[in-house]
Amino acid sequence: MSKPPAIQLIGLTKRFDRVTACDRIDLEVNRGEILALLGENGSGKTTLTNMLSGIYQPDAGSILLDGKKAYIRSPRDAIRLGIGMIHQHFKLVEVLSARENILLGQAGLIRIPPVEAVRTFGMKVDLDKKVYQMSVSEKQSVEILKVLCRGADKLVLDEPTAVLTPQEILNLFDTLGKMRGEGKAVIIITHKLDEVMAISDRVTVLRRGQNAGTVFTEDTDRYSLTERMVGRPIDLEVRRAEAPLGQTLLKVEQLTARDPGGRPLIQDVSFTLRGGEILGVAGVAGSGQKALCEIIAGLEKPTSGSVFMEGQRIDGLSPREIIRHGVSMAFIPEDRLGMGLVGGMSIPDNLLLKTYRDQKGFLLRRKGAREDAVRMISQLNIQTSGLNARLSRLSGGNVQKVLLGREISLSPRVLITAYPVRGLDIGASMTIYDMLNEQKRKGVGILFVGEDLDVLLSLCDRIMVLCAGRVSAIVESRFATKALLGMKMTGLVTDKEDEYA
Amino acid sequence: MTGFWDQTSAFLYAAILASVPLLYGTLGEILTQKAGNINLGVEGMMYLGAVFGFLVGYGTDSLVLTLLSGFLAGAAGALIYAFLTVTLKANQNVSGLTLTIFGTGVANFLGEKAKMNAPLGTAFMSDRLRSFMSPMDLGAFSRLPVIGPLLFQHSIMTYLALMAGVAMHLYLKRSRPGLNLRAVGENPAAADAMGVPVAAYKYVHILIGGGLCGLGGVYISMVTCLGNWQPNIIAGQGWIAMALVIFASWKPLRAILGSLVFGALSVLRLYIPKSLIDIPAALFSMLPFVVTCLVLVVSSIRMRREHQQPAGCGVNYFREER
Repeated sequence: MSKPPAIQLIGLTKRFDRVTACDRIDLEVNRGEILALLGENGSGKTTLTNMLSGIYQPDAGSILLDGKKAYIRSPRDAIRLGIGMIHQHFKLVEVLSARENILLGQAGLIRIPPVEAVRTFGMKVDLDKKVYQMSVSEKQSVEILKVLCRGADKLVLDEPTAVLTPQEILNLFDTLGKMRGEGKAVIIITHKLDEVMAISDRVTVLRRGQNAGTVFTEDTDRYSLTERMVGRPIDLEVRRAEAPLGQTLLKVEQLTARDPGGRPLIQDVSFTLRGGEILGVAGVAGSGQKALCEIIAGLEKPTSGSVFMEGQRIDGLSPREIIRHGVSMAFIPEDRLGMGLVGGMSIPDNLLLKTYRDQKGFLLRRKGAREDAVRMISQLNIQTSGLNARLSRLSGGNVQKVLLGREISLSPRVLITAYPVRGLDIGASMTIYDMLNEQKRKGVGILFVGEDLDVLLSLCDRIMVLCAGRVSAIVESRFATKALLGMKMTGLVTDKEDEYA
Repeated sequence: MTGFWDQTSAFLYAAILASVPLLYGTLGEILTQKAGNINLGVEGMMYLGAVFGFLVGYGTDSLVLTLLSGFLAGAAGALIYAFLTVTLKANQNVSGLTLTIFGTGVANFLGEKAKMNAPLGTAFMSDRLRSFMSPMDLGAFSRLPVIGPLLFQHSIMTYLALMAGVAMHLYLKRSRPGLNLRAVGENPAAADAMGVPVAAYKYVHILIGGGLCGLGGVYISMVTCLGNWQPNIIAGQGWIAMALVIFASWKPLRAILGSLVFGALSVLRLYIPKSLIDIPAALFSMLPFVVTCLVLVVSSIRMRREHQQPAGCGVNYFREER
């Protein structure tokens, strides 16, 4: 017990209106240590980190840095005090280069030249590239470089792995390990228990804004962490529902699409989807998943190829006509405020967006939608302050439940869902998987675009792997392995060697 | 042949004269928008600059005080706008439009009042004061054949505007505050997270932008209108400057070129003989806007992120919003 902890929080409290987001939280992180912060959506993790980075001001409690009481009134203060915050939503200026983004702010704050930081921490970043031309993981590297160059020795990462591929996550952990070696204090927020176990030294669990205990990672396991987080034991097993295979619903043939610049988005994609089946789609981010979903839903037009729904050709129809054919889509983009939801409107009004056409007359009748909303809120356990609350006030997980819940309420026969658990905690994720399985039992055909290979393997019946816009394999998940999928995703195996397809 | 050349030369000279107030307004608005604020009050701030420049010049006979009061009047208008949008987070479009209406009203009221109080019912700036706006003698340059009279026989405000354009270009491209400013305009949250004082940057640049618009107004009352107050003196030039910002794709150097083009378009009518083309004057005054539309079409086809409006424009920044 020589040195005081790098970061120590004592009784930190923050209220929004009537909600207490952080309730008397105590927490400490030492130098050369990685602390994982675990908690469900809306448990106060992001609020806590925002107080550390000077974005929110605490209502009560104090922050001690290296044993000294600190007042962090602005992000500027935070930087001065050596706190480096990596936000979940990147704070980068898109039209500037990586270097320009790093050099932003006051002149005297840069302690390490960018080039040197890139070398020390072994990062793969082209400093002269414009941010808007970068991949998600490159952008994240720039974010990390930004704080490292400012000599930050206390790093806070808010869900850094949510948008990364497995390989990129390993690279990130490698960087984090180097930081730990340099004696930096690191707080990492993540929902993925495997990652907590892999990278952290200690874990602090938050539940409903309160500290539900801190444990050493080596003394705990995934199950007891989940129990601590949710407050009750929870089944972590993602199960494949058994359902009789139905008719072929969706048939996609030789689908090809190009972006306005003429580069192929997807090429010669063909597959079929039957009722009572979940077809997973795996692939590195940007392999054509978005184009595929949007073409089937009618938002984009293919260059060639065709889409059939129960034998009827639907490509080229308007989204509304395609919905009439029973095809519904729930796409969670990276910014998470779902496609087709309006943040400034309430849940009932968002439900009405898809159903108002079925009403007659000029005036809206809200009653039905309000009833549907009440049912959905209780069924899916959506945390909201009331029916009239703006959707943007809900936490990300709850917004996603609304999006998926609305699509399901239309009783589609084909459900396209992309990244439905993006950024969700384990409990909410399980709810979403249950929802999908329930639809499957009802005979719905589900196209599930996912990120987590473990989940794809255990939830889906078959998995289609996309690699640079082409289908590199369609495998039965019972016979597939993570390694195989990973190789197919990166195109390391040619079709000829493939025995599983 | 000499007749044609004289005519062309006179046209180009008039184009440069007409381009100067546009350049001031455009540069002011570029600086404002680079800070992430759209100020639709350019017209109003030019009016404020015109009337206060005129009144102070009329009263004190001092060039420095005239320019200074024009600048400050524009900046004061911008201060109202900045307070409304940056501090109170009011809607930018509404605030800017209000400023235009306010500035137009104030200027016409004060200007007319000064005119009525003047001995002969017309208020003129003194010849001594206006002589400062006569072409400067730049020595050998001014006596160069052809380009001498065209380029090197202008008033101090013309050169001041050019210098402002070049200085702004260097500031935005090369300096650290310029980089920070661009970040504020593109993504204030990112700039804030990096410790850039967002509100201070917005205030400073909106105010300087307003001051530049005010100088444009001074130019109109001193040079364009020969030091004589006239009702509705700005006559929509502030709006043309707004269009020029888009035409210049938010680049100060292109604003210099753009204001020349628009200046030429605005005087074109006077230099095309009726015998050659006989179309109504209204069609001529439409030209700058037609050209702006064409530029918008072309630039949206090119779709380069660097050539577009700063992404944060029009949205007020509130740190704790989620």
